[in-house]
Amino acid sequence: MRKIFTFIMLGGLLVVLLSSISELPPMGNGDNPSFNEISEYYIDEGVEDTHAPNLITAIITDYRAFDTLGEATVLFTGIAAVVSLIGITHHSKNKEDEEDDLHG
Amino acid sequence: MDDLFVRITTRMILPFIQIYGLYVIIHGHLSPGGAFSGGSIFAASIVLYTLAYGLKPGQKRLPHHISSKIETGGILFFILIGLIGVALGYTFLTNQEAGFPMGEIGRVLSAGLIPVVTFALGLKVMSTVVTLFHTMMEEE
Repeated sequence: MRKIFTFIMLGGLLVVLLSSISELPPMGNGDNPSFNEISEYYIDEGVEDTHAPNLITAIITDYRAFDTLGEATVLFTGIAAVVSLIGITHHSKNKEDEEDDLHG
Repeated sequence: MDDLFVRITTRMILPFIQIYGLYVIIHGHLSPGGAFSGGSIFAASIVLYTLAYGLKPGQKRLPHHISSKIETGGILFFILIGLIGVALGYTFLTNQEAGFPMGEIGRVLSAGLIPVVTFALGLKVMSTVVTLFHTMMEEE
């Protein structure tokens, strides 16, 4: 019963996603809603505003710097989760595996 | 990995990988690249060192207490740079209006807070990748 329910749910989701793909605007079309005045403003005024020729860096660290702070927080949260799950063993305490110190 | 060729090749190409990573970070506002890619390249050098020489020398190269300080310090530096704009009466992370020296377009020392923020973020990404790798190496 549960498998049938899962199958029906996933099948319905597949139908919804596939039917919405056919409604997407064609890629690179000039009439797409992603080509609005914001991208034109970035291309025209970005170098004057930020003095950075690399427009992508100008966007991610100047116009969208708060979003980049969120990305850094995602990294921080991810590593906090990994360290809390796996754990850090401090190797300065156990001296007995010092002989596999393969330096040089 | 106990192999002489891998170790000697690692020792030879390690400074070039690190200089290239720092170059990508520092020139993030001029050329393709930036904090995330440059930090990953720099971290790849330390990952390569750990793979070639073992976990202990790799952890001696970048100990966990130092990498955790780099990580928290990078993000705190980012927030403090952003708070300069708030202190001067503008919004969070204001660049040009807050009076950061903008310099000449195309120079390394230009674009106000962008290289500073890129450098802090690159160090943070580097220490994140290295800490993840060392933590997962310790587990097995």
